[in-house]
Amino acid sequence: MRSASLFAPLVVAAALVLAGCGVERGGADEPVALKDAAPAQGDTFIEASIANISALIPNIANDSASHEVGALIYNGLVTYDRDLKVAPELATAWTFSPDCKHLTFKLRDDVRWHDGKPFTADDVVFTHAAMVHPKTPTAYREDFDAIERIEAVDAHTVDVTYRTPYAKALQSWSMYMLPKHLLEPYVKEGKLREAPQNRTAPVGTGPYRFKEWKSGEKVVLVANPDYFEAGRPYLSRVVFRVIPSQATVFLELKAKGVDGASLTALQYKRQTEYPAFRKAYNRFRYAVNSVTYFAFNLKDPRFADKRVRHAIAHAINKQELMDHVILGLGRNATGPYLPGTWAFNSSVQAFPYDLARAKELLAQAGWRERDSEGYLVKDGKPFAFEILTNQGNDERKKIAEIVQASLRELGLKVDLRMVEWATLLKEHVRKRNFDALVLGLGLGRDPDMFSLFHSSKTRPEDFNVASYANPEVDRLLERGRATCVQEERATQYHRVHEILADEIPVIFLYHRDALPAVTSRVRGVKPSPSGIMYNFPEWYVPRELQRYTAG
Amino acid sequence: MLTYALRRIFFAIPLLLGITFLSFAIIHLAPGEPTDLIQGDPRLEASAQARQLLREIYGLDQPIHVQYWKWLTRIVRLDFGRSFSPDGRPVLAKIGERLPVTLLLNIVELLIIIALAIPIGVLSATRQYSMFDKVTTVFVFVGFATPDFWLALLLLILFGVQLGWLPISGLRSLNWEYLSFWKQQTDFLAHLLLPVVVATFGGLAGFSRYMRQSMLEVVRQEYIQSARAKGLAERVVIGKHALRNAMLPIVTILGLSLPGLIGGSVIVESIFAIPGMGQLMVQAVFERDYPVIMGNLVIVAVLTLVANLIADLAYGMVDPRIRVGRRR
Repeated sequence: MRSASLFAPLVVAAALVLAGCGVERGGADEPVALKDAAPAQGDTFIEASIANISALIPNIANDSASHEVGALIYNGLVTYDRDLKVAPELATAWTFSPDCKHLTFKLRDDVRWHDGKPFTADDVVFTHAAMVHPKTPTAYREDFDAIERIEAVDAHTVDVTYRTPYAKALQSWSMYMLPKHLLEPYVKEGKLREAPQNRTAPVGTGPYRFKEWKSGEKVVLVANPDYFEAGRPYLSRVVFRVIPSQATVFLELKAKGVDGASLTALQYKRQTEYPAFRKAYNRFRYAVNSVTYFAFNLKDPRFADKRVRHAIAHAINKQELMDHVILGLGRNATGPYLPGTWAFNSSVQAFPYDLARAKELLAQAGWRERDSEGYLVKDGKPFAFEILTNQGNDERKKIAEIVQASLRELGLKVDLRMVEWATLLKEHVRKRNFDALVLGLGLGRDPDMFSLFHSSKTRPEDFNVASYANPEVDRLLERGRATCVQEERATQYHRVHEILADEIPVIFLYHRDALPAVTSRVRGVKPSPSGIMYNFPEWYVPRELQRYTAG
Repeated sequence: MLTYALRRIFFAIPLLLGITFLSFAIIHLAPGEPTDLIQGDPRLEASAQARQLLREIYGLDQPIHVQYWKWLTRIVRLDFGRSFSPDGRPVLAKIGERLPVTLLLNIVELLIIIALAIPIGVLSATRQYSMFDKVTTVFVFVGFATPDFWLALLLLILFGVQLGWLPISGLRSLNWEYLSFWKQQTDFLAHLLLPVVVATFGGLAGFSRYMRQSMLEVVRQEYIQSARAKGLAERVVIGKHALRNAMLPIVTILGLSLPGLIGGSVIVESIFAIPGMGQLMVQAVFERDYPVIMGNLVIVAVLTLVANLIADLAYGMVDPRIRVGRRR
């Protein structure tokens, strides 16, 4: 830091200038004794976002940042409540016909778009038309392609008819509704992306209205005074600030420059334990709806042998792995379903760490001899393979390293390779050109695993990357998606969970925890299985603690 | 001179064509297409269909030479096309909103570097092996060896977190539009200060070394001895006779750094959360946003050619020997 002295005069000059300039910093250092302070309107909430958003109509965007912003501007007919159950939003009620093919929605009659026009059944029909229009570039088309017919019975009733019973029918209507009166011409021309609503003037029905988007810098939203649910949200402004560096986000938190941000495991565990931080921020922890897994290529004859897969699963000490990689801030995964959700089978046992058993299983599979370096050999060939994962993901790299070390004890020679994301997908995953992978999977809200484990989904474009095929699992998955009755589906998925845990086409490692920090001046945050954002319009800052007056 | 310039411009056209063709080919050869990244929800079977649709919208289903021809016929009309990202905005608009910040940062940085590097270089050359020379040599090597991001984080911790004197990230405070005019300017400057310091620190090292080296060579020349022998003041010998000649290589280096002005530093931009060209370009590469990548490359290529031309012309002006040599 010797060099810093050279710049000292410059810095001091700037600091003097700054003293008079009203940049808000500090100020909220008051103790957090006002637990029951009355809800009040006002203040700004600044959320740090690692990524720039890509569009303002989330229906045609794939990135989570766009969906996070979109969720405050738009509504679906249904939403998910704190316990991840489907709950009414723009619809007040719905009924399924007994054969699960007809779905009727009753809509609220008190909802207005941000421009004042009433929201009606025509907008619902239009949203369907927009999603299935051949030129709409959306990745969410399938749910709407399953619909045979949709009609507005009256201004506040919509009838939907599916070709076949469609398990995801209800949840698919959590898709954001789009305003017909503004977007119809763009959809018809196939130019939805170029609509001004996608860039400068999105119009939804949600709790916040759009104010501005400066690409790569920030998105600003303001409270919608006419929000149909309980009226205007308390927080007057929400600012999503794009800060690409995790290190900078953390410094902004320390300097109280942002009000909400995600912490890394290291920050949560080791760097935010000091009193000043605990006083300024409340930290939350809940399971992210995702799973990190280790996938075998079952086309490889070595991995096609179930005993070899079991041996490898027994050789990985999952607890140790979680402690190292995410500092224990996650949940052991036994299958693809999140613990506590209805598809999760709680009777499935975690795979125990047992090196002796692993060696025995490998010996049964014919891997008995060792070469001069200590690696297991069969038919003159050592057991060597390569684990691939994407470059730049430190978590997955660490997993691969730990697995490598564990398997070395077993006598397997494992190489690691980090490949850039687009290349990994195109050259390795799609072509099934790999031995083993470490990847993560977002689980979504519906537990249907058809495209991940059904034997028909093993073509290059499909997502059954392990090339897993099991007739019973096929049958169960088919039944699970052909009914709208949750209890029936649960029976199928509990069995799928059992089979996958026994056959291990992939080793499910863990469900990572989300670790958000929220400024302690904000009240009304109620952590739940679905996270903290579900009741964002009810968050408030007591008047004495409000920090930003603008807006 | 004029015919020379015209000839250079004429020959630049096939060169530019070659550059764009090679860039186009290399970018498309890189594995992975923009549509490969449209994962959405992996349980949506339609994602394969959505991908196919997007390939058609983007024209990626056509053979590469057709794609290049289409791109070329558009670009000669200065139509840079639309970004592949879901906002579908024109490439020029995307570059246009990122360029001013990057230009500003880089120009300020370059000016400071020149203002500091030339005196440092001259002083350490004329007082070779003096205390000043040794100290600046150490300083320069520290500058070379210090990673940007590390220095940036240290400065942020000190001035942003510990002392709270300077803002940590971004370009403006959130209440910027509510500030008075002068406060807006000081706020903006406060946000730029650390990024400029960090960016300058590394560049300063290189430039002052070039200057020192160039000066050392010049002061050993015989005409400097004769200037001293004439009894001229040392200030005049160095400041007038030596400096002018020592500046020649610096002019070339400066010319070559012109195209760099529009390329942002990804590391500095990411750490200080500055929405500049570096981030735009890196994001475009990761997303395989071909129109943005190509638009950027074309601009850089044109600027490089122009800068080369300017440097050569300026060289002729600064150095009479070259001009005379060509007339013969």
